[in-house]
Amino acid sequence: MDLPNDLRYTDSHEWIRAESDGSVTIGITDHAQAALGDLVYVELPKPGRSVAAGEACAIVESVKAASDVYAPLAGTIVAGNDDLAGKPEAVNENAYAAWLFRIQPADADDVRKFMDAAAYSKLIAEA
Amino acid sequence: MLKTTPLNALHRESGARMVDFGGFDMPVNYGSQIDEHNAVRGDAGMFDVSHMRVVDLHGDVAEGPRAFLRYALANNVDKLTVPGKALYSCLLRDDGGVLDDLIVYFLGEDFFRLVVNAATADKDIGWLTKLATQRAPRLSIVPRVDLAMIAVQGPAAREKVWRAIPNSEPATASLKPFNAVTVATPFGELFIARTGYTGEDGFEIVVPAARAADVWRALQAAAVSACGLGARDTLRLEAGMNLYGQDMDESVSPLESGLAWTVDLASARDFVGKRALASQSVARELKGLLLVDSGGVLRAHQAVHTSLGDGEITSGTYSPTMKQSIALARLPAGIAVGDVVHVQVRDRRLAARVVKPPFVRHGKVIVT
Repeated sequence: MDLPNDLRYTDSHEWIRAESDGSVTIGITDHAQAALGDLVYVELPKPGRSVAAGEACAIVESVKAASDVYAPLAGTIVAGNDDLAGKPEAVNENAYAAWLFRIQPADADDVRKFMDAAAYSKLIAEA
Repeated sequence: MLKTTPLNALHRESGARMVDFGGFDMPVNYGSQIDEHNAVRGDAGMFDVSHMRVVDLHGDVAEGPRAFLRYALANNVDKLTVPGKALYSCLLRDDGGVLDDLIVYFLGEDFFRLVVNAATADKDIGWLTKLATQRAPRLSIVPRVDLAMIAVQGPAAREKVWRAIPNSEPATASLKPFNAVTVATPFGELFIARTGYTGEDGFEIVVPAARAADVWRALQAAAVSACGLGARDTLRLEAGMNLYGQDMDESVSPLESGLAWTVDLASARDFVGKRALASQSVARELKGLLLVDSGGVLRAHQAVHTSLGDGEITSGTYSPTMKQSIALARLPAGIAVGDVVHVQVRDRRLAARVVKPPFVRHGKVIVT
């Protein structure tokens, strides 16, 4: 299973990338997309919305089931990947390219609390 | 501990994602469920359906399986006059609740075959055995755990089966839909039925368990795509076919499950559940829904708001063929085809149109 080293990971299977402008980009992991199966609908948070850490703020629906995506850290939504509306299968094709939303975190240091690739790899191996 | 079918090792070798279905460890997909769905609509796909149970009924002609099934089943086995002919029926409780849905094959006056659902098989066999002790004590009820079953479905299914299984073509080329025949092949004696659960042409092949993997590999060599239960579910829902345990169960009557066409209340024949159904007022009906708004996917248990009160989705999914969400829903009686209702999807009410299933048959969308 593909796990880029420059990303951080949550135990609810989101990936987090710290951007140079201080924002963070969130997506779901390759493991998550494989478990969900073919995605057919994505609902993203609107820019400007403030989110708490752990708050459900996006929805991905596959043929099989609907699943929440959580904001890993508190902050303000700065962008959603609107390209996904017409092409949710992009997440299945490349889960790390098809990002879902960006957050301007209240505290940028929060990113370091999350698992690195090795720790996440261990988590999904045990699941 | 999950049960396994004779094809379990093959599924795992092909990297299938496995799930618990009816107590069996079954493949839900081998990669993309949508690709598997499309293979069946456009070409040919195969499903391991060995979790379903074949149950053979043998008895002498005088006190035989026909008289027993005439009473035990809601549909009338007297419609079966030519050997090999199949019939879809519900198995009902005395109060009209649906114990299971099944296919019954007439193979001879001394031999009928049932194919029942996996999760309900033991319950069905117990029920039939109890009924037989009262009505047909010499009847023998034989669960065939020595058999496996592979469904091959799609416009190219029959042709690919003929290529994969020597001797199968002469015996089945003129076989009509809902008929079956027994064929001697290099894979042993196969029971080949022109039935399925996808809305496409094809066969369901009952094979000795020990030869199931050989048949599967031969079909693979004939370019039949392996398909999981995920695709099977979207295909059957597009085809407007009920799934037991989801669209109906013991708590509802077939008349409220879109299955009135399978229940014969008109004839003088008595059968289990008849009295209850004859006096029942039908307050709800199973209808098709087509999502009009965007904003999610229709799913089982979502509430449906109508002008006559609330109903509930029993099965919902995204239709890969229609690229739109579809559902079966139990709605207040009186809600008609063409009406617009509203489905509660999370915090929104999304408009959906009431339609008459099936949605798709033989590769073509038939509701709009």
